[in-house]
Order: sequence, then C-alpha cells, then structure tokens
Amino acid sequence: MALKIVKGSIDRMFDKNLQDLVRGIRNHKEEEAKYISTCIDEIKQELKQDNIAVKANAVCKLTYLQMLGYDVSWAAFNIVEVMSSSKFTYKRIGYLAASQCFHESTDVIMLTTNQIRKDLSSPNQYDTGVALTGLSCFVTPDLARDLANDIMTLMSHTKPYIRKKAVLIMYKVFLKYPESLRPAFPRLKEKLEDPDPGVQSAAVNVICELARRNPKNYLSLAPLFFKLMTSSTNNWVLIKIIKLFGALTPLEPRLGKKLIEPLTNLIHSTSAMSLLYECVNTVIAVLISLSSGMPNHSASIQLCVQKLRILIEDSDQNLKYLGLLAMSKILKTHPKSVQSHKDLILQCLDDKDESIRLRALDLLYGMVSKKNLMEIVKKLMLHVDKAEGTTYRDELLTKIIDICSQSNYQYITNFEWYISILVELTRLEGTRHGHLIASQMLDVAIRVKAIRGFAVAQMATLLDNAHLLTGNVQRKGICEVLYAAAWICGEFSEHLENPMQTLEAMLRPKVATLPGHIQAVYVQNAAKLFATVLKSGEGSADSTAAQEMMIERLPLFVQSANLEVQERASCILQLVKYIQKLQQKDVEIAEEVIALFAGELNPVAPKAQKKVPVPEGLDLDAWINEPPSESESEDEQPRAIFSKEEPKYSRPRHTEVDEKELAKRREVRKQEQASNPFYIKSSPSSQKVYQEGSGVEHIPVVQIDLTVPLKVPGLPMSDQYVKLEEERRQKDRADKKKEKKKRKEKRGGGRGKKHDSCPESEEDITPAHMVDIVTEEMPENALPSDDDDKDPNDPHKALDIDLDKPLADSEKLPVRSHRAAEVLKSPTEDVEAERTVVSQEPKKKSSKEKKEKKKDKDRKKSKEEKKKKKHKHEDKGEDLLGGQEDEPVVQSEETSVVAAPPTSTTSEVSDLDFWLSNAPVPSNAQEAAPVAAAAAADPVPEAASGAAPDSEPEEPKDTEAEETKSSKHKKKKQKKEKEEKEKKKKKKHHHHHRHSDAGGEESVQNGTVEEEEEPLPPMSNYCLLAENSYIKMVFDFLSLSLKMLEDADQVNDIQGNLQDGSQVVVSVIFENKCESFLKSMEFNVLDSLNSKLQRPEGSGAHDALSVPFQLPPGVSNEARFVFTMQSIVMPQKLKGTLTFIVKNEDSSTHEKLEFKLHFTCTSYLITTPCYSDAFAKLLESGDLKCSSVKLEGISMPFHHLLARICFHHHFSVVERIDSCASMYSRSIQGHHVCLLVKTSEQTVSIDAKCDEPTLLGNVLDEIKQTFSQC
Amino acid sequence: MQNEDTEQQIIRETFHLVSKRDENVCNFLEGGMLIGGSDYKLIYRHYATLYFVFCVDSSESELGILDLIQVFVETLDKCFENVCELDLIFHVDKVHNILAEMVMGGMVLETNMNEIIMQVDAQNKMEKSEAGIAGAPARAVSAVKNMNLPEMPRNINIGDISIKVPNLPSFK
Repeated sequence: MALKIVKGSIDRMFDKNLQDLVRGIRNHKEEEAKYISTCIDEIKQELKQDNIAVKANAVCKLTYLQMLGYDVSWAAFNIVEVMSSSKFTYKRIGYLAASQCFHESTDVIMLTTNQIRKDLSSPNQYDTGVALTGLSCFVTPDLARDLANDIMTLMSHTKPYIRKKAVLIMYKVFLKYPESLRPAFPRLKEKLEDPDPGVQSAAVNVICELARRNPKNYLSLAPLFFKLMTSSTNNWVLIKIIKLFGALTPLEPRLGKKLIEPLTNLIHSTSAMSLLYECVNTVIAVLISLSSGMPNHSASIQLCVQKLRILIEDSDQNLKYLGLLAMSKILKTHPKSVQSHKDLILQCLDDKDESIRLRALDLLYGMVSKKNLMEIVKKLMLHVDKAEGTTYRDELLTKIIDICSQSNYQYITNFEWYISILVELTRLEGTRHGHLIASQMLDVAIRVKAIRGFAVAQMATLLDNAHLLTGNVQRKGICEVLYAAAWICGEFSEHLENPMQTLEAMLRPKVATLPGHIQAVYVQNAAKLFATVLKSGEGSADSTAAQEMMIERLPLFVQSANLEVQERASCILQLVKYIQKLQQKDVEIAEEVIALFAGELNPVAPKAQKKVPVPEGLDLDAWINEPPSESESEDEQPRAIFSKEEPKYSRPRHTEVDEKELAKRREVRKQEQASNPFYIKSSPSSQKVYQEGSGVEHIPVVQIDLTVPLKVPGLPMSDQYVKLEEERRQKDRADKKKEKKKRKEKRGGGRGKKHDSCPESEEDITPAHMVDIVTEEMPENALPSDDDDKDPNDPHKALDIDLDKPLADSEKLPVRSHRAAEVLKSPTEDVEAERTVVSQEPKKKSSKEKKEKKKDKDRKKSKEEKKKKKHKHEDKGEDLLGGQEDEPVVQSEETSVVAAPPTSTTSEVSDLDFWLSNAPVPSNAQEAAPVAAAAAADPVPEAASGAAPDSEPEEPKDTEAEETKSSKHKKKKQKKEKEEKEKKKKKKHHHHHRHSDAGGEESVQNGTVEEEEEPLPPMSNYCLLAENSYIKMVFDFLSLSLKMLEDADQVNDIQGNLQDGSQVVVSVIFENKCESFLKSMEFNVLDSLNSKLQRPEGSGAHDALSVPFQLPPGVSNEARFVFTMQSIVMPQKLKGTLTFIVKNEDSSTHEKLEFKLHFTCTSYLITTPCYSDAFAKLLESGDLKCSSVKLEGISMPFHHLLARICFHHHFSVVERIDSCASMYSRSIQGHHVCLLVKTSEQTVSIDAKCDEPTLLGNVLDEIKQTFSQC
Repeated sequence: MQNEDTEQQIIRETFHLVSKRDENVCNFLEGGMLIGGSDYKLIYRHYATLYFVFCVDSSESELGILDLIQVFVETLDKCFENVCELDLIFHVDKVHNILAEMVMGGMVLETNMNEIIMQVDAQNKMEKSEAGIAGAPARAVSAVKNMNLPEMPRNINIGDISIKVPNLPSFK
C-alpha cells in the first residue's frame, strides 16, 4: 500500500502540474491551440488513473483551461470524484473546479448532494468552508431544497468562519428555493446581532440584498437596522445599511424623517469617503421621498450639496464622478440648490475624463433657466467644436437639443437664436443626429409663426450651400437636415425673398445623390415654390424662367430609381407642362395652382386626438369595407403609381378635376375620414395602413401637398413626423367642417391658431412630439406599470414574501428526521413569544403607540422650552398629513384611552416608544403592525429618558386637540372619509386577527397561554446612569443580544468552552440636553479585579473609549460597551467618568460627568428558553440549591407579574398552570436558575433553585426590590 | 449562466474598455449590455501591468469596492510575499482560493485583511501537513522546476488577471 503511494507520487513527478501547463502555454504562443489539445489528451489519460493525486492535478489544470475559455464540461464527473476526496487539498481543487465549471444544466450536480452534505457536517471547518464556497457558485434549486436545512443549522455553528459563510450562502439558497426564506428568516435576523462582526456583516449583506428587491417586506426591520446603524462602527456594514435605508425610505417617508438626523451626524463625523458618500446618497433619497410633504429640509439639502461640492472639487476623479452622479439625483427635486454650483459643473465639462463630462452634461440639463440658457449653450457649442470623439460630440449635440427643447421650449426667449444654433450644428462632421436637428427645425418653424420668415431665410441659405453638407461621404447623417430645409422653404415659401434662387438650388443635379425620401420632399416643395413664383407675377420673366427650369430639370427625377420621387416628379412635370399650355392660351392659372397647396398647418395637442368623441351611431368594430375589397385596393395601388403607362387619360383629368370634382371628392373623403376609426391614428401596424390607403385612394395625387409615400415600411423618423403633421392638418380640416366648438376648446391646436404666435404665448401650443402620440397608441390595459419593468424571470420576484406572517407548520424546511428539533428550537420564536407577554394584545398596541407619542410630545414640551413650538408644529404637521388616513385610528385611540386608564404612572417608557417617539405612528394599521411587531421583537429596549414624568393632566388636552382636528377633517371630507374608515376597519380587523393568530401559535409552542385582555404597562430596563445640565446617560444590559453567544454556548458546552460567555454588553444612551454641540465624548471606567471594560487591542488598561458619534442639541444616541466578568455571583459597581467637549458657537468647554455603573446579578442572566421536560430533569438532578422568597401586597395580575420577571430579570416562562408558573434563566457562565412562582390573593411566593447560592440570593433580592417599587 | 464563449467575450470586451482608459481618470465604467445592463458597473484598479476589474451592481458602494480591491491586492501581496504578475499567472488556483475568502458566490464575504490571511494560512498549513511524506518528492521536483522561473517569460502582456471575479451579487 505504502509502496503504491510512493509509486503514485513518483509518477506525479513526471506529470505536468499547473505551473508547467502555464509555462508551456506561454512558450507555445504561436500554436497554443495545438499545444492545449495535446495537454487535454494528457489530462484525459491522467483522469483515467486511480491515483486521486493525479486526478486532482489534472482537474487543477482543467480549471485553468476552463478559465482560458476551453470547454471542460466532459470532465464534470472527474471533478465530482476529486471533490469527494477525503483530503482537504484535493477537495479544495475539486470544489474550485466545480465552482468554475458547473452550472444548472450540469447533470452530475445531483450526484454531489450527499457529498456536500457530508462536507458541510465535517468536523474540519475548512472542509465545510470550501463546500460552502463551492456551493455558492453552483447551487441549483434541487441542491438548495435538499441542503437548506443543513445550511441553516450551520448558521448557528460555533465557528464564526462557518457562520458567516452559511449566512451569506443563504441568499443563494433563497434565490433558488424561495420557500426556504420564511423558515430561515428568524435565524437570519438573529444573526444581525451576532457578536462576530464578519457574521453580522454577512447577515446585513444578505438582508440588504433581499430588501433591495422587495423593500416593502423588510420595512419591519427598520428599527433593528436603525439600531445597528447608530451602534455599528464597521463601515462596510454601515454602508450596506445606509444603502438599504435608501431603498426603504420611498416606501415610508416617516422613516426618512427619523433617518435625517443620524445620517447628518454621520456625514459630519465620518472620515471615510465611501461612508460619507452613501450617507449623502441616502439623505438625498430621503429628501426625495419627503419632497412632497416636508417644507423645511433646506438645511439637509444644503449640507448634501455642500459635501458633494467638496467631492466634485476633489482631485480624485472617482470622487468627482460620484459627486456629479449624486448631484444629478438632487437635481430632480431641488434644482435650485444645484443651480448655484453651475460654475463648478461647467468646469467639469472641461475634464479630460469622458465619464465625468457626461455626468456634468446630465446635470446641465436641469440647471438651465431663461437667463442662462444662451450662455450655457454657447459654452456647449465651444465644446462641440473641441470634442474629438464622435460619440461624445453626438452626446453633446443631443444634450444641447434636449436642453433647449425641454418642457416645450420653456427657456428659449429668442427663437432666431435657436434656429441659428441648429444651423450651426449642421456643420458638425459625421454626426448621426441629423434627423434630430431636422425635426427640431420643423417643429420650431411650424409652431412658432413669428420665426418663419427668419427660418425660411436660414433654410434657403442651407439649401443653397447644400453641397457643404453632402460633399463628404461621412456626413450622411446630416443631410437629413436638408429634408427639413426643403420642406420649410416650400411650405412657407411666401416668406422667401428670392424664391427663384431657392428653386434653382432645389433642382440642382446634385440633389439626385441625396437619399430618396429627401429627393421626394425636394420635388414636392419645388412645386410649391413654383406656385409661389407663378403667383408673384404671372407671365413675368421669373415665372417663365421657373417654368423652363422645372421642365428642364424634373426629367432627372422622373428617372429616379426611387418610386416616390419618380411618381411625384412625373406628376409635377405634367402639371407644369399643362400650366404652360394653358398660359399659352392666356389663361390665368396662378390662383388655381396656389390652391393646390392652400391650407394652414397647425400644431395639435398630443392628447387632442384621444379626446375626439366617437360620433353617434358609429360602430368602431364594424368593417368599413368588406375585407376582400381591401386587399383588392391594395393590389390596385401599385398600378396607380405607374401612371406613365396611361398618361393620356390621367393628365387631362387631373386638371379638369381641379375645382368642382376636387371639392366633391374632398367632401367624400372627409366623410370617409370622419367615419374611419383608423384615420386619426398614425400607427405602424399594417392593418391600419391599409385602411388609410383605401381612404387615400380617391385623392388625386396632386392634392396631397405634404404627402409622403403612402405605404413605405421602415421610414426614417423625420418622415413619419411629416406624415403626422399631414394627418393633423387633414383632421383640422375635417374638424372645421363639423364646427364643434366644444371640441375645439379641448384642443390646444384650435386655440393656438387664434393666438399671436410670439414665443411667450407658446404655452397654448402643446408639443406635438411623435413620442407622445406613440404612447397614446398603447391599448388601455397595457399601460406601463412597475410589473412591466420587472423581468418575469427575475429570481427576486419569487422572494416577494411576507415575512411578518407567522410560520405555518407546512412551511418548515425539508428536514431529515433526526434534525427535526432544530427548527422548533429556534430561539427567536421564544423571544417573540416572550415579547407577546410584554406587549400583549396587539389591538391595543396601536392605541398605546399613540399614547406614547403623546407622552413624548409632553416630554418635549416640558423639556425643550425653546424648541417647543417648532416641534409641536412639526408633529401637528404630521398629524395633518396623516390625518385623513389616521382618522379611525385616532378614534379608537380615544376610546381606548378612556377604557384603559394608564395602569402605571411610573416613569418607564417602553421600547416601542423610543422608536416611535421620533417616527410618528404609521398611517395605516397594516403598516403599523410590522413596525410595532418589530419594535416589540426588538430585543433591546431602546427607551430613552426614563426621568420624564408622565403628566397625565395634559393628556386629555391633547386628545381634545386631536378631536377638533379630526372633526375638521370630517367636515372637509365626509364622504371619502366614510369609505376610508370602512376600509381601515377592515384592515385593522385583519391586522388584529393576524396578530392574535401569531400570539396563539407562539404561546402554544412555548407552553404558555395568553388570554388576558388587559394591556401591560410599558416597561423598560433603562436606568439613569448619570445626568448633568449637558448630558444624560441611561443604561441597560444587553442580555438578550447575548442570545447568540448563548446559542453558541449550547454547542460549546460539549467542548467546555465558555470564554465568550463571561461578557456583559452595556448599552448606554447619551442624550444631549443642552443647546450646544457635544463632541469628543470619551467613556472610561475604573476596572476592578473582577470586571474589566473591553478596550480595543493595543490600548492601555486605563485608556478611555471614545464614543463613536457626536451629539447635536436634543439628540440622543446609543453606544455599547463590553465588560468582561470574572465572577458573577455578586452585584458590582464600577466607577466611571464621561468626558466631553461642549461646543458653542463661540466657545467650547471641556466637561466631565462621573457615574457609577451598577451591575446587578440580573445583568448576568440571559433569557434562555427551556422546555418543560428539560426543566424537570434539571430539577431532578439535585445539583441545585434551594432558596425562596415571599412578596406581599402584590396587586397586579399574575401575567403582569410574570411579564415583569421576564422582562426585568431575563427569565422565560417554562410552563404556567393557573396561578402557578415555572421560569428559567441562565447566567452567562452557565448557572441554571429555576423559579417556581405561585400566587394566592396578594401574596406571591417564589421558590428558586440554582447551582450557585450566592447568585440566587442576589437575584431574588433584586426581584424583591423590583416589586417593592411598584 | 454564461458559457465559456460569452465569458471570454466579456473578458475581452472588459479588457478592451479598461485598458484604453487613461491613467488619472475615474475608475468606474458604466455597464454595457454584455455585463448585464445599466444596473452594473465595472470598477477597476490599475497596478503597473495589472488591472483588477470587479463587476458590481448598484447594491455595492463604488468606493467600497475600490477599497475591496485594495484589500485584495494587499492580501495577495502578503500571501505571495511581494506579489508580481507572474505569481498570479502561475498560481491561479491560489489566487482563487484567496479570492474565495473575500468574495463568495458574488457577495462580499470578508473585508478584514488579517482575518483573510489567517484563514488562507490555516488552509495552506493544512494542505502542507496533508501532503506529508508522500508529497515531499513532488514538492522537490516543483521547486527545481520553479528555479528557472524568473528568466522564462519575457513577453508579458496579460493584463486582465482577476478574470473570473464574478458579477458581484448576481451570479445567475
């Protein structure tokens, strides 16, 4: 055997390893493919051998080849073989190869399930780690389903290394197997407070990623994240959270309000640019979400803009880029604040980095005003000249046009200027945006009557110099402009100074090199010009010359290969010839010719067509013509185009028809149009075009003055544009006939005609952009919605799952039998159950919240004398805002206030309160539910200021105020209100229902039953630590956050590792009570032999810890400190000091506050769920010492009593039978504490057992004290 | 899931985009269709002849990723002791292993360099101990083979080394 191994390794010496392969490839640059194919042959040989080392080496090489782009899927099975090697070295190679080569269609993946499961439960953490890493790359729905439970178990692994990987991979599992989300979510949430920063960061990462796609399901986590945000110092985590908040605020504007303050603090205090940038970004998101309701956030905007300016001014291009990017977000809602930085942004236009220039261009769009438009555009024009790359120049060009034409040319005061800008732009070489310029020219010339004279002159020059535009092959795009120029000159030829010259320019032989559609317009408009010349002096030299020129030059176009050009040219040629004939007979014909092109063109509002009422008796679905006839007409049409074949007949008819016949036909046509449902729409769909075609069939060709080919598929944009205009025009005529004033009023175009068309009166003329019309074309039920944006294949869609609903039994993960207990034991559920004890009936919750809010208001009143008014105003503002919706809630609250007078007048404020005191009650009950629930589930009570006395007398006053407010609302919106109320009621009912469900289920699981209807008084463990005129500190022990530790300990027990457990986390809330800014806070305690403050590595034993935030006036924030304990049987006191700098506008002083931190024995206890059987075993074991205590005169209900013990002393109820309950808790060092609580009348007796009698005695003393206080 | 061809195309295109950019311009490139559309950005860093390119979606902080690349490079530097591009070319597997400690399945796993190095070292140690006696001859051979390594390559033009850095959070 040993010999075999040695032999194998000797063989290996002569195999190529990865380095040899790489070297070989590099040495065979010329014949790489050949070399690699021999290598692959070698690898195939190696894979056939038994020796796993050889195989692994081969797989390693394959991985490299795969990276180079070679298909190695044929070796998938060998990869699996290597993966299943027992040696880590080979396993790693195998998993790496798998992560690179496997994908969902790899069929051997299903063979790996058991191997992966084995690796996941391997005692070697790196085996597990490597399996997790690999799995994250190739997880399939099947793998996800089969392994979800194993991975979930790993989330509570003792090693943080495994925990963080397991947490992170859950995201992939969720994506592939969405059903796993709900069962796994509680544990994931728990990991948000993992003591290991890596695990915590992974959990934040996963939840952020989930929440980004379906933010509304994660709103309830906002309080938790908020806490993390204020306490975490890990910038990665902070960035993620802050980004997440950015996604949440649009859904819940009130959240934004609460965020502004801490974010602003962060912006002020952080030195990390990345964090600063994300803060600014989220503040912007908040401001956007608030922009409708909140007037006074100019300070925050200013701050953001200021900070961004610093970024933009930075020499680091990255910061500059990001600064501009964020700035453009502000621009949308607060253009004014950005406008003041115009100089800076214009500067960025000169930057050599294209990405930055493009960003700056985006910004410019929103910064223009009537005043600065010309200046900005001038600057841009300079850049156009300088720009080398065509892409950037095209970008500039479109931006110039965008900027000028935005909101209906709102900022243009001088259209002559704009026309000349457009003309200048035509000089650009090689731009692809000729049609854009052309459509702008057309649009302006049509809609701004006053400018037509100028435009026509400009266009005439353009036509005259057409060779400049067309000379170069590269300039193809720009010749579109000629289309517009020709049309404008023709249509508004009465403004032309020298029509002869323009006519000549239009008929130059060179024109024949232009694209067909432009030639067609040339020909058509040449005819219009001819009519003008004719009119200006019949028989004059000019008109004769024009006639001759037409007859001489048009044959060129008659020979055109383009049908459209050919058709038009031949018609017009014949027309001219006929005119000539008539003139020779001395017939005055100019008037008649001009009549061919008579008619005013008016812009029409984009929505006008939509508003045309369907005439009575018109069935839009009925066929107008018999379907077969339609196809016939289609057949006939091409024949008509070749009119040359029967010239003798058609020619005279055209002219004779002129007056009477035409008029008659027009009538017919109009009527047909009126009844043609498709007529008014311009749609590319073929059916509609047919209809149009059949209508047009009857029109003599000369009648269509603006016409474009009737049926040309794939026309360029500007062509369609003209087509649109033509349709509008015809419709206009039809409307005139009907003379329905009502309709005219609806149409912007109808009115616009009567107005003087100076630029200022433009607002009547609504834009006629094709885009708008196209959007109208959409069927009603196909309106763009959010759902359309989402890719139906988006895996995240499946993750849109309500996480607040309680778990159903059926929702448990597929578990192999022996793991069944895992899910059930999930500690969060117990925590939640316990919380239900504390926060009790959900129905009352909302009312309580309201109440707390009021209390808070009162507190504010008494405390912040100066700010009182402002704050109140704000609060009221909120109420007014949410008032209408809140109505029912408010009312129910009134009743509940009466029905349930506050049972407790203590200064306690519940943890709900802290969150809600700043964040107003959510406007509808459904929203309230998750937030409240989350706050309730929030393990750490965050309550602030226990000292504020609850001033009862003020409450009714407030209620009154609310009442009057609500009655006001009632008057305003009686009917609506009623409906809303009903809705609300339903919602509320629903919400109630849901929660009672939850409560029921949880209590069953925990072995306690909660039936009491009475609400529990709010509770908090936060005690005053120290206070002076500047600052107040309250503190609590974060025993619950140690659950994770404890969780780990459960597993650790086996290994006897309890080091982690000897820590106590103290949460201290600092509240700034003064009007000044508090900064440089440093927290220090004198360590005792027994207990030490944990300081960062490298700092001395007496060094102070700096508090990671600053406090603006009136703000409170939480910091946490970790203490390590040696012995925990006795309560302890630690002396400490807080030093800080009080900064006023003019001075700053150094202040010091001394405090005593009292560690009760309770603080060493951790709420630990325990099952009655385990509890019974524990009591039977006989290791525990007994002690008991009697409490007299306790009048509170039994469940209140239990809740208090649970809450204040970190116990959990194991079992409760009538007036008797067993409770359990555990110390951080693993001491078991068991209580048996019995009550009879007003006496409560507590029998307790613990393996550490001193600890037990102290705990009992503390319990006694708690109850003696009430 | 991309197959090898599109993968290569992405690499080529990315290399093309990144390598033609000047020094001293910003390190972000807005995503084309190839890398998944407008939600994605290319974020890169340039070290001598090496480009480290990450493709990330909007849930990642741009500056954060730049930091991450820095951490990655520093980690490589520590693990290879003064990393040069040849290290990366000849030890792609090791680079992958290091990267796996930082980015997992397209999500950022660890950003603390000490932690990363610790885990990488621990794994390498394990690998060595596993190789044990049986591995000794092979190691000797590979040591001999590597001796002439520095003289070997003259024409270095592989730019885009961190090739398979995945589209961060979406590795469909």
